[in-house]
Amino acid sequence: MNLFSPHGWLSALLLLLLLYCAAPAGAIPHIPADGKQVVERLPGRSNPVQRELLQLRAELSKNPNDLALASRLARRYIEQARIEGDPRYLGYAEAALAPWWKQAAPPDDALVLRATLRQSTHQFPLALQDLDTVVKRDSDNVQAWLTRATVQLVTGDYAGAKSSCMRLYSRAPRLVVDTCLANIASVNGEARPAYAKLKASLAASPDAAPAIKSWVETLLAEMAERAGIDNEAEMYFQKALKEDEADSYLLGAWSDFLLDRGRAPEVVALLKDKTRIDALLLRYALALKATGSPEAAVQTAALQSRFDAAMLRGDTVHQREQARFELALRGDAARAVKLAMLNWAVQKEPADLRILVEAAAASGDPAAGKAARDWIARTHIEERAITPLLPKLKGQP
Amino acid sequence: MIMRVRLFALALSLVLAMASLPAWAHKPSDSYLTLNVQGKQVTGQWDIALRDLDMAVGLDADGNGELTWDEVKARHPAVSAYALSRLKLAVKDGASLAQCKLAVTEQLIDDHSDGAYAVLRLAADCPREIDTIDIDYRLLFDIDPQHKGLLRLGYQGATSTAIFTPDAPHQALAVAGSSRWTQFSDYVKHGVWHIWIGFDHILFLLSLLLPAVLIFDRGRWQGGASFKAAFIDVLKIVTAFTLAHSITLSLAVLGVLSVPSRVVESAIALSVVLAALNNIWPLFQRRRAVAAFAFGLIHGFGFASVLLDLGLPAASLLLSLVGFNVGVELGQLTIVAIFLPLAYLARKTAFYRKIVLVGGSAVIFAIALVWLIERLLDLKIITP
Repeated sequence: MNLFSPHGWLSALLLLLLLYCAAPAGAIPHIPADGKQVVERLPGRSNPVQRELLQLRAELSKNPNDLALASRLARRYIEQARIEGDPRYLGYAEAALAPWWKQAAPPDDALVLRATLRQSTHQFPLALQDLDTVVKRDSDNVQAWLTRATVQLVTGDYAGAKSSCMRLYSRAPRLVVDTCLANIASVNGEARPAYAKLKASLAASPDAAPAIKSWVETLLAEMAERAGIDNEAEMYFQKALKEDEADSYLLGAWSDFLLDRGRAPEVVALLKDKTRIDALLLRYALALKATGSPEAAVQTAALQSRFDAAMLRGDTVHQREQARFELALRGDAARAVKLAMLNWAVQKEPADLRILVEAAAASGDPAAGKAARDWIARTHIEERAITPLLPKLKGQP
Repeated sequence: MIMRVRLFALALSLVLAMASLPAWAHKPSDSYLTLNVQGKQVTGQWDIALRDLDMAVGLDADGNGELTWDEVKARHPAVSAYALSRLKLAVKDGASLAQCKLAVTEQLIDDHSDGAYAVLRLAADCPREIDTIDIDYRLLFDIDPQHKGLLRLGYQGATSTAIFTPDAPHQALAVAGSSRWTQFSDYVKHGVWHIWIGFDHILFLLSLLLPAVLIFDRGRWQGGASFKAAFIDVLKIVTAFTLAHSITLSLAVLGVLSVPSRVVESAIALSVVLAALNNIWPLFQRRRAVAAFAFGLIHGFGFASVLLDLGLPAASLLLSLVGFNVGVELGQLTIVAIFLPLAYLARKTAFYRKIVLVGGSAVIFAIALVWLIERLLDLKIITP
């Protein structure tokens, strides 16, 4: 923050105001003066999804041991978590599965859902254990194979992920199989062929459901982006956004694309009303900073208090975002590289590699530089965003 | 075609498996429980998200998604009853547990970084003096097993924390150091410790004390002081320093005065620079007690920031302030008690006058100068 510019003064003032009004652990407990004052916005019961969830929950409470009902409710909650970006639904899903949660070998449906929930809290080895149990019992369980492939991909086990995808042949729709495989090949040295293949596969499935299309298009956009085919990446992002109600993952990826290309004002407009979701607040603050807005300091402070709150509960699932926050918004490269390394030990998606490289280049940390280099040499991942940074990495072989 | 539709319906649920789950959205549910233990009484505050209370007992009466204060108020009895049924406090009574009577005294609203929370003010009466408090926490665990209860337990200035989860819903926390004497002696120890590890205070004092066993005569230091004269000189300096830093320490801790810490730390470094320089290039050789007083005022602010960092119990502010001060004096006296006899014995040697006084002061001067630069410019060269 430059205190000698008018913007600097303004943001300093705003920051002080914010710190004064909204100290980390909440402001001051108070009694609202007006009884009509709206104190919180909740998912209303007029929403058909909420009504359905309530009804299912009521049915389940009468019959808590009905696995079919419990699985259905859990699945609906997980879907809602994805759409709203609210992890509370994952807790509700876990509660629906309570009778089976602690069992060593519950029925398949419960196991697959337990694995999905464990994956969402980054308990990857436990999730794999559950999935292995399922596929050993029932090698036709498509959902289990696909979830298994996902966990293996996220943790960087490409060989394992590929063999899980292969098991989907003749068991799942062609587009799903192709997507599963392309997803791996694209980060494993075959960026362009994988992209071309998936493009063709999508074109051959014109009547795929919008949710599937949106998902595949998001992946295609990211593949094109990594390969440096900007115009196609943008086209797929636009398509995916039109397909279905945009989830927070897609909005985040699209924002990153815009931020990388100096289109921060578009991100500000896109995310203005979506800052309840931490990952989107991060992009919003980055965009504000890029446009030189004095509000950047305010949003950075808000984000800081959210990370503080998450750390208080001992959560580590936010380390990727937190590393980015430290590096790009707080300018603390040393802390960023520490977080990026901790995150890298757990997950290895392109976004994880990117923050690792950026933090390693900014901090000059040799261990992080070596980890990134080794990974790139081993997987031949192509990622245009990190290429210019590679010569700056310490820890040369 | 039907086959195809079915396959895609299946695939729809597959997206769930494949697409990244938003673990990176906002955080899961937490409640913030703050308890303060004093004697048989526990007071506290419990912040529970309105969102969670709506799930547990239903707050949004008209179901329109806009929760008003009137709607919350109408459910206060239900919220109290629910909360109290999920939190049990007890004290160990021999082998068995004696339950404390817990009540919600007031309900307010507060905004946290992830939404609005109900704030429940709590008060509990326990059947006997609390040395270990036994807490059983079950809020929301049946509805949301990812919920956590984050506890801050305060007792006489100390704080401990704990996290309640479905796997750890029951915890017994020791309320240590509950006697006022233990607490006082804790702060005395803090004071002593701070003087011993605070090299800047030690070097300042030593710089002023080094010439005490000498006489300043015809522009030079001579080794002729009697023990009585040296003792009185030391007494004057130490008393002046103590008096001065006690004044500012108290004023700062009581919140009457406050100076930015960077200014204080820089001024302390400057005081060491000047005190050491005085031994090589006399500036205020005859008025060292006055200098000790003037600079002591600044050192007091330094002590205060340490004491404030330790966290001060409002209930026994004075006790800890006095304790810390006594500790600082004890630490100081120990240094004097070691220094004075040694310096007195060596006072007539050229070694003392040249190496110890001039050489030592030069080294202190150099160190303090680096500190001064570090603190002024916010750099790290050496760490004091």
